[in-house]
Formats: sequence, structure tokens, C-alpha cells
Amino acid sequence: MHIPVEGFMYPNEVELQWSVLIVLYPFITGLVAGAFILASLERVFRVQAVKPTYRLALLTALSFLLVAPLPLQLHLGHPERSLEMYLTPHRSSAMAMFGFVYLWYLMAVLLLEIWLDYRRDIVLKSQTAKGLPRLIYRILTLGSDVLSDRSLRIDERLGYFITLIGIPSAFLLHGYVGFIFGSVKANPWWSSPLMPIVFIFSAMVSGIAAVMLLYMLSSRLRGKQIDIRCLDKIAQYLMYTFIIDFSLEMLDLLQRIYEADESFRSLDFMVHTRLWTSQVIVQILLGTVTPIALLGLTQLFSLTESIRKRIYAVAGCLTVIGIFAMRWNVVIGGQLFSKSFLGYTSYKMGFATREGLLTAIILMILPFIILWILVKILPPWTDEESTSASEAIPVHAAS
Amino acid sequence: MTPITTPCDLNHRSLARFPVSKTIALSQRLLFRRAFRTPRVRLLFKDIEHLLRLAAVMLIALVAFVVLRAAVVPKSFGQYGHYRGDAIAELAARPVAHAGHEVCEGCHTDVVDQKKLGRHAGLHCEVCHGPQARHADDPASVKPLLPDTTVICARCHEANSAKPHSFPQVASADHSGGLSCNTCHQPHRPKIEDRGKPATGAKK
Repeated sequence: MHIPVEGFMYPNEVELQWSVLIVLYPFITGLVAGAFILASLERVFRVQAVKPTYRLALLTALSFLLVAPLPLQLHLGHPERSLEMYLTPHRSSAMAMFGFVYLWYLMAVLLLEIWLDYRRDIVLKSQTAKGLPRLIYRILTLGSDVLSDRSLRIDERLGYFITLIGIPSAFLLHGYVGFIFGSVKANPWWSSPLMPIVFIFSAMVSGIAAVMLLYMLSSRLRGKQIDIRCLDKIAQYLMYTFIIDFSLEMLDLLQRIYEADESFRSLDFMVHTRLWTSQVIVQILLGTVTPIALLGLTQLFSLTESIRKRIYAVAGCLTVIGIFAMRWNVVIGGQLFSKSFLGYTSYKMGFATREGLLTAIILMILPFIILWILVKILPPWTDEESTSASEAIPVHAAS
Repeated sequence: MTPITTPCDLNHRSLARFPVSKTIALSQRLLFRRAFRTPRVRLLFKDIEHLLRLAAVMLIALVAFVVLRAAVVPKSFGQYGHYRGDAIAELAARPVAHAGHEVCEGCHTDVVDQKKLGRHAGLHCEVCHGPQARHADDPASVKPLLPDTTVICARCHEANSAKPHSFPQVASADHSGGLSCNTCHQPHRPKIEDRGKPATGAKK
């Protein structure tokens, strides 16, 4: 495959080593961390307005987290070797230690919190469901049907404590991804101590936007009324987080412009040529400035409910596209210029190859399939809960 | 199915249905016999039964991991560094594949004289001809195959914008049209103008 090159590149720089799958990896982990932070708003910070999205956010985080290692395994090949990360841990490798960050977040935070939160529903369903679902629910109860008030209170307290641990864990999960890029000191496009912080905030932005969109979509598909108070609150948090994220990115940019080290001219040229569309047009104008302006409109003017919903939908979509473009520009952009600062290469994405576009699309569809299955097993809807809860009242109250 | 009336009923039914529950309940009683005499403690254990079960599942997973690790990680792992210590001895025991250019030059003096005059003077024999230890050990019966110049030359000389401009490189499809490189070039002394010149003028 002929790769168009401009100027001088070192031989190992012509072909990009990190493909679109490595773009997906920080994008997916960002959605996980962001969705979890949104869930914690209700649990830890007692923002009652976002309660309708609490469980949906947790399930979204889980479904994306289950897919998060797949792009890496596909990129590296030999997925069976990934277990060796745990069997023979390499403590001096930041990438190898990610296995433990992932395991901690999956097992000790997300699964535990979901199990504790859903336990009452699981026990009740294990008594009423039939066939295979009954078996699944009974396995999930771990053989214990305890549903006393005291046990549920203990679950609630433990769940709160896990969410409390979960917030720094979510920061660790995505901050780590930023740390991996930020600590590559040979690459001036990546090497920045701000990278982990920018990654955390952009993760929060993408996760909040994704859950907001999923909540709107699921309500529409179920034919239920969207809780506009909840939506307004999420949009408000999205805007605040986005402003912080954008400010941090601009601070980083200002710092680079003022510092103007030996790499600056080369990177500046790259932004004005090869990355112009993906960085300036898609990431900054369409994916950041436009959604912030749209969300700002809803805060400044009293708009009707239907207009607000439409604005939130457009802003949410643009936000997710903008954050994806940000990951693209970090991962792909960081490999397009020569470390000699004298040349530029191009990225040619295959289609039906191991690291091609089709694989990336499948990997992005997979979390939604997992989420659909999870929602079937563990329905997150609070509006339906009222009916099921009323059926269960005799059980609950009798204790 | 009879309707559920109290959580207490749920517990009793589950205990009756699951022999595992009975085992856990029995072990809890044996372990905390004294403590269980107090009704409050007994109640607490009942209320956290699901958490104890969860802890048991986690413990089983942890033990399974430790057992798996002990079974699959080689004993010599970490002996010298983050790799299998035995690998060093295993690698050292493998037969030597390369003869080394000094051994080749001991017999092929005519080629050495040719090479000295050309741009390939610094290139050792086995770079193109591959490992030749077996041929060096038994030159009469082990005869090495001549490398395919169409493939071997292109490894270095195929045009690539990442290579320095001063390095000789061609787009082989345009340059030779499918002909082997040694149709025109003599690999040991590749410059065409030098072809046929005697090797006696070699600079020592």
C-alpha cells in the first residue's frame, strides 16, 4: 500500500503503528468513566433530578467497559496472551498495569455497585421469572434471598461507599489513558502533564452526552415521557464540564503557542494542513464551540420544552462526534509528523481488515448490543419500577 | 407457585432449596457458635448473608487465580528478570546457524576481492546468503541455494521516501520490468560500469 509522504520521514514513521482501533480505545474508556461520573451525581452528590438516568448510566458504563479491551486485543493480536498481564504482572510498564486498573474498575466498582443496586429486583425476579431468565436471576442472587429492611440498608450504605471509591477509580481509569499519551516524552504532540486532566474532563463530557442521548432515545423507543427536569439538569452539567474541558484544552494550546519549542512550527503546519478538518472544523468548531453555544442558549433563554429537547439531542450528538474527533486527533495526529520535524505522512484506513473501518464500526455497535441485553435482564427504568415496586410492597413492608 | 409474603419466608425457602445455603449456614453456626447465641448477632449474619456469599465467591475466584498462576507460570520466571530464566540455557543449547564472514572469506577469496572494490564491501556474506554454518561444516554435501536477487535486492533498494536520497533506490517494477537484478548487476560489485573490470586493482 502506497502511503503519500511529504518531506522527510524516518523509515519507521511512514506507516502508522496505532490505527483507528487505538482511537476507539480512549473513546470507549472515556464513555465508561463519564457515564459512571454521571451515575455518581445521584448516588454521592444527591442530585435527585438525574435519578432516572442512574441505572442506565451504570449499565452503559458496564457495556462499554466490557468492550474496552477488545480494540487493544485486536490491534495487538494473540488475545489469549492478555491473561499474562495478571499472571506475570510487569510493574514498570504503565500499559501492562492497565490490566489491574481495568480489573479493579470492572470487578470492585462497576459489577459490585450494579449488583448491590439491583439485588432487590434480582431476588424478586428470581421468584417470578420462568425458564432461562429464572436461572440467570437465581445465579445472580448467589443463593440468598434476604430482602429485609436492614439488609437493603446495608446494601445502600455499601453501594454509597463503592460509588465513593468509584469516582477516583473512574478518574484513574481514564486519567491513566491520558497518562499513557502524556508520558511519551519523545512525542511533543502528546507529551504534556495536562493530558490526563484533559482526558478526564473530555471523558466526563462524552459519557454525560452519551447517557443523555441514550436516555432520550430509550424513552422515545419505549413511548414514555422524557423527564425534562432530569434532561435539563444533565444538560447543565454537560455544559459546565464542557466549559472546563474546553478551557483546559485552550490553556494547553496557549502554553504550546507561547512556549513555541522546536516542534511548534511542524505541529502548527500539521494542524493547518492534515488535521485542519478533523481538528479545527470537526473537533473545535462543530464538536465543542457549537454544542457549548447551543447548551448556553438553553441556559440564557427560556425556550419551550420541545425546542430544548431538540437542542439537547443536537448538542449531545455533536459532543460525542467532537470527543471522538479529539481522540482521533490525539492518536492519529501524534503519528502524522516526523520526529525530525521535517516531514508528514498520511493515515490510510483499510475497510474489511483486522484494524479497518468495518472492525471499528462493529466494535462501536457491540456495546449497544450488550446494553440491550443488560437492559432486558436488568431494566433500569424508574417509571416502570413504580409498578413493580407496588407489587413487591407486601414483601418489603412486612419486614 | 405460592405468593411471597415476607422476606423471612424467602430466606427459609431459599435455605431449603439450596444445600449450599445449608452448608454455609451450618459453617457460620459452627464458626460463630458463641456469637450466634446472641439474637442481634444472629440477625446481623442473616442480613449480610448475601454479602458473605459474595465474599465467598470472590475468595473462590482469588484461590482459583492463585492456583492457576502456580500451575501455568514457569518456575524459573523472574530468576534474572521479567522472563523465563530457563530460556537462556535453552537458547544457548540451540545449534549455531551462522558461520560468520571470516569463515566464508577463508575459502571464497575471489568473492572477497570483488566485494572490496564495490559498494557492498561492508556487507557480510550471510546478510544475503542466509545462515551458512551447516555449509561451512560440510561444504561438500551442503550446497547453499543462490538467493533470488529480485527479492533480496528489493529489501534494501526498493524506493521509499523515508530513505535518505543519497541511498541507491529504485521502483523495481519500473526499473527492471520483472527482470532479475543480476541480469545487469553483479551483486558482489553492483555498479554496472565496474562490471568486467579485473579485481587485481583492488585497494588493499
